[in-house]
Amino acid sequence: MKITFDFEKPIGELQQQIEKVQQVEEKTKVDMLPTLTELRENLQAKKEEIFGNLNGWQNVQLSRHPERPYTLQYIESMSTDFIELHGDRNMGDDKAIVGGFGSMNGQTVMFIGHQKGINTKMRQYRNFGMANPEGYRKALRLMKMAEKFNKPIITFIDTPGAYPGLEAEERGQGEAIARNLMEMSVLKVPVICVIIGEGASGGALGIGIGDRVYMLEHTWYSVISPESCSSILWRNWDNKEKAAEVLKLTSTEMYKNKLIDGIIKEPLGGAHQDPEAMINTLKQVLLNDLDMLKAKPADELVNERIAKFCAMGVVADEDLPENIAIEPEETQA
Amino acid sequence: MAWFKREEKGIITTTKEKKEAPDGIWNKCPNCKKPLHYSEQVENQYVCHYCGFHMRIGSKEYFSILFDDNQFTELFPNMISADPLNFADTKKYTERLEESKRKTGLKDAIRSAHGKIEGHNLVIACMDFTFIGGSMGSVVGEKISRSIDYCIEHRMPFLMISKSGGARMMEAAFSLMQMAKTSAKLALLAQAKLPYISLLTDPTTGGVTASYAMLGDINVSEPGALIGFAGPRVIKETIKKDLPKGFQTAEFVLEHGFLDFIVDRRKMKEKLGAFIKMIDN
Repeated sequence: MKITFDFEKPIGELQQQIEKVQQVEEKTKVDMLPTLTELRENLQAKKEEIFGNLNGWQNVQLSRHPERPYTLQYIESMSTDFIELHGDRNMGDDKAIVGGFGSMNGQTVMFIGHQKGINTKMRQYRNFGMANPEGYRKALRLMKMAEKFNKPIITFIDTPGAYPGLEAEERGQGEAIARNLMEMSVLKVPVICVIIGEGASGGALGIGIGDRVYMLEHTWYSVISPESCSSILWRNWDNKEKAAEVLKLTSTEMYKNKLIDGIIKEPLGGAHQDPEAMINTLKQVLLNDLDMLKAKPADELVNERIAKFCAMGVVADEDLPENIAIEPEETQA
Repeated sequence: MAWFKREEKGIITTTKEKKEAPDGIWNKCPNCKKPLHYSEQVENQYVCHYCGFHMRIGSKEYFSILFDDNQFTELFPNMISADPLNFADTKKYTERLEESKRKTGLKDAIRSAHGKIEGHNLVIACMDFTFIGGSMGSVVGEKISRSIDYCIEHRMPFLMISKSGGARMMEAAFSLMQMAKTSAKLALLAQAKLPYISLLTDPTTGGVTASYAMLGDINVSEPGALIGFAGPRVIKETIKKDLPKGFQTAEFVLEHGFLDFIVDRRKMKEKLGAFIKMIDN
């Protein structure tokens, strides 16, 4: 297993020990099997202990691992004959959001997602996965096309945020995201959204309104990145770890707060340790869901989608004893 | 003996003639710095006599400016914030809420009411910037959502007055999802073919701009209002250049095609009333 982060060091040490023992075994031809077995068991236990108890910040670090699979890798591994489609028909083609039709187990699906670059040059080309308004408008154009031809939509979310640039403001970043939120909530085809890395704020939500919203195990999703949260609330960047805790941005906490529909388990150590296994796990979930969602009438799909998002949030009534938090009313949708 | 001796009493005014002015009667215009009398300010709807600067006002003032005879029924007045995440930064969220309530006399950053404008029924939801920066938490989202339900049920237009720094960080992802909730509800309002007017006032930024504030059948604003998605400081840090003059003002946003018009507060009621009448007829 590749070791990247400080919290993974105990695993690295055990791996080194195992290597050493193996070398000794080769040199001396003494049977070291009992020692090796014990060490391997320790290693497995250590991995499970560490990755079963990650804190918020450690999950944020994992979600940003540069070797994690990105959107295009998911699309190309899950589907065949992917045809990428470009442009928002107004301004240009945003490289930070990709999309197009692909065939998954014989059924046509509209795939859309944030795309990060795989090396320094590509990271710049993809603007680090930070979309401009035309990216969101391209996504909407493709979603509308999918709706027109009655094809389901799958979106992959992986962004540090919508791009906060001068031109982005001029071209209406806020309007572009807002429009997507409104239009996606009433799309008459199944929509499944998966957070595969970073889910930062409106930039993530802009392609994140779905009948099913999943997070991969070691990803994060919140209203702001821990770094920016730290700089706003504590007025410095040193409290990012604390911010990652208080924001409750991990998949476990998001699921507990009923803000997502499910968590998809990653290979032990994170998606980058075994991308193929990760993609297969996700593909199975998506195929099952598509079967289920396609069986539903379009109106029911839309009503349930709206009702789900409208039930999110916790408010209290000051007239109730002790301000007991009440669930928002069921929507009349 | 003192080394300094005042030869004459007072410097500009004689000490004898100095009078104590009660606080709050006189204010300075934040723009041109000229003194304004409180009663004149109210009469002039909190617009500076001298330079036309639109001062920041809250729901109380907007309701009195827009509703006929200041008559309205407040909707969902008892809704208050909970603390679902048990959030604390340098201070506990619950303490912050209590402090804001005490200081402002408000229950959260939004009030909603049913009344009439130029004789036409409508619901106005208005944000209050003084309450934790007008930040959007569950209460803001839920009140907007229920106000839209009310509009659909009673078949009347919805006017949303936005004034917000964006999402409320102390409710983290809960506050993010209010963007989804309000936008979804607006889709239903649109399907019911009821007018939605979005009035973006100084300042409207962040998650509010990226959801309900930009989704009006018409988006309108007041002169000089700051409107944007990312805050100016963040943009400046990102592009490492100074921002052009007038960037992210209502005039800039109008020029780029995201507003229908900018209206002087003193003519707002008339103009919005006229729009609603057009649709109603």
